[in-house]
This record gives sequence, structure tokens and C-alpha cells, in this order.
Amino acid sequence: MHAFDYATPESVADAVVMLSDHGKNACVLAGGTDLIVQLRENRRRTDLVVDVKKIAELNALSYDAATGLTIGAAVPCYRIYGDAEIAAAYPGLMDAARLVGGTGIQGRASLGGNLCNASPAGDTIPPMIVLSGEAEIAGPNGTRKVAVEDFCTAPGRTVLEDGEFLVSLHFPAPLANSGAFYRRFIPRNEMDIAVVGVGASVVLSGDRSSFVSARIAVGAVAPTPLFVREAGEALAGQPVSDETIRRAADLARDAARPISDMRGTAEYRKHLTSVLTRRVVEGAVQRAKE
Amino acid sequence: MSKKVHVQTTINGEAVDFLCEPRNSLLEVLRDDLDHTGAKEGCNNGNCGACNVIMDGRLVNSCCVLGVEADGCEITTIEGIGSAANLHPLQQKFLEHAALQCGICTPGFIVSAKALLDENPNPTEDEVRYWLAGNLCRCTGYDKIVRAVLDARNGA
Repeated sequence: MHAFDYATPESVADAVVMLSDHGKNACVLAGGTDLIVQLRENRRRTDLVVDVKKIAELNALSYDAATGLTIGAAVPCYRIYGDAEIAAAYPGLMDAARLVGGTGIQGRASLGGNLCNASPAGDTIPPMIVLSGEAEIAGPNGTRKVAVEDFCTAPGRTVLEDGEFLVSLHFPAPLANSGAFYRRFIPRNEMDIAVVGVGASVVLSGDRSSFVSARIAVGAVAPTPLFVREAGEALAGQPVSDETIRRAADLARDAARPISDMRGTAEYRKHLTSVLTRRVVEGAVQRAKE
Repeated sequence: MSKKVHVQTTINGEAVDFLCEPRNSLLEVLRDDLDHTGAKEGCNNGNCGACNVIMDGRLVNSCCVLGVEADGCEITTIEGIGSAANLHPLQQKFLEHAALQCGICTPGFIVSAKALLDENPNPTEDEVRYWLAGNLCRCTGYDKIVRAVLDARNGA
């Protein structure tokens, strides 16, 4: 690995100064499970690694049934699913937090890091999109907020400008009669990269017979995790039925623009997108009824 | 080359200071500088679990941790689990069940299994299999390993 310096700022302001001073020649370290490997394999070069784990806001994890969930950008997966109240309120998010890598990876890897790494197949990103996640970004011009669905701009690229970094993620409190679900398809049982991943959240009517609203996002079928707004909108106001869910699944399939690679052909991924979307919406409906 | 950094840790219960460059992984420091060669370099990218150690109570892949990040941390390596004269129950059960062939993955499996039993002394077979999904063995398969861990429950 090439040489670099290492800094551990203890405040958001100090981190912004360090990152601004070094521009493109600095990078942010949280769990390191992507970054350290990329540096070792010379896929990234840097003069300075800024470890943000000593900043209080980056380690914050709080849930309030009225205001929602705040997850510091460096909070590792195990802390999130290890919190019984949070796990019960956001099962769709737990589906993903529990399957990023193995146990050792989940001891370090964060949702914030997964988002900033901006892999098209990042497992936690579709569920964060469908749960209306919002990213708080700090930078030389203060803080700004960006919806998770707008955060990734290309493989490995995000809206973060030089000097900016992700501080936290916020999710609104779950509504009554709502449910969310994430599932990926992989040819093994565990420890693999998604061929296709789909997240869905639904809000049902009081009698649970129709959709009030829905959000659907797909992974590994476009240059970024993709929010398919029209697929969710097609469910709003419609009865919960095989036919309406199938129509939403077809819209998700139509929005997918996958490549062919060693994990599957584009055609196969399109087909999987439809099948998985149907199952994932059904899973979200089931949770909304529980 | 960047300046070496002074790092203070506790490894297997003993205070250990070391100097390392920021680019050195915890695995490199353990093996090359501290002579703790039980943690193995397998994939060096977080897939195989051969380098697993317990850091402040959490299982981590030491190839995906910088040595400088260990400052102030407590680390348990395979060297801190049992001894030749007094095997840890997991080590005893791995022997009894012949849960290894070449042995390269074994330290990682033992460390991972210990982290599991520390947190959940009575895991189900499913829980053992999911917990150990990040440890790869290329010779013996997993059934004997899983049986050994299940047999070590409550004895660990």
C-alpha cells in the first residue's frame, strides 16, 4: 500500500478543515471495509486518511417514535441491528444491515460508508431510499441535506464535493400500517454481491385492503441504486392484489437498465427485477399487516 | 514513507506499544512486528476471515483495520485463546470433531466462534452457520466445524 498520513479529528468543523485543505488528496475513513481494500489494491490513492470515528455526531444512534431514526455515518451495522427498538421499527433496513459481508465486516462497516462507496449493488442503499432516508452533509459552506436517492451519481461517485463528508442519515418515523422489505438475489446463501436487489416500502389503508403509497428501489441494475418512483406511484390508491403488484413489478423491470457481467446477463437481471419486486412488495405488505 | 505513529493497545490482556506507518494493517502489525502469527493472511480483502481478531469486544477482519486505529483498543488474538497445556473448549472440540485439515483457516474460525459464544452462549445451528459465513475453509467443508462449535456451547 502506498504511504499516507492519518488524522483523527474530534469535531465536524476540524474534519471539514482537514478535508478542505487537502481536497481530492484526502479521503474519509469510517469502517474501512471498502476504503482500506481499495487503497491496498491501488484503486484509490490518497495523501491523508481522515478517520471520522472520534467525532460524536458520526457515532450517534437515536430513535424516537415521533421524530424518527438518526444514524451517524460511522455507526457499524452490528450496533444498528443490535438495538432491539430500532430493529423492530425498521425491519426493512435490518434486512440489509444483517447481510452486508460476514460478522467481522458488520463489526466495522457502516450504512454511511456503504452509501459513500456508491456501489450500484450496495445492499443498504435501496432500503434507505424506500424509507425516505436523508443524508446530512457537512462542508466548508455549512451543512446541507440530500435525499438518499439523489446521493449516488455514478459507480463510486456521489454528490459530495471536495471538503464535504457525510455526517448522518435520518429516517422519518414509520407510519401506521406501513411495512418495508429488502431482498437480494445471489447464487449462494451468504457473503455475495447482489445480482439484483430490491427494496420496497408500503403504507396501507386502515382496513389494509389498498395501498395509500409505496416506494420501490432497485440495486445492481443501473449505474447507481435506482429509485423507481413510477412503480411505487402505480400502487397508490390501488387495491392490494396480485394484479396491481405485478404491474408495479413490470414498471420496476422496465426502469432497470442492467449490464451483462459474470453475475448475470442483462436479460436475466431484468427478469429477476420483476420477480424480486413482486416478492418484496408482498413482503412489505405482510409486514404492514403485522 | 510517512512518519511512524506510536500506538498503545492491550493485546490478550497485556499492554503493548508499537510503532507503525498509517498504511500498515492491524494484521501486518500483528504478524510482522509483534510476532503474533496466529492470524493468517488469506484474501487480504475481508472475505475469508482467516485474520479475524476481537477488537473491543467486536469480531473484525484485521486486514481491514489500520494498525493506527487500534490505539486505545483491547484486542484478542488466537494467541490469547487457550494454551497448549490448557486448550480452550472450542480448540478441544475442533480436535475431537477433526474440524480441520490444512489448518490455515482454523485460527480465524476459533476466534469467530469465541466471539459468537461470548455474545450468545447457546446459539442454534442456523445462528452458528450465519455467524461463520464470513470464514472460508477450502479443504474440509463446514459441517465438522459447525458440529464442533455446537458441541462447545456452554462449555466455552
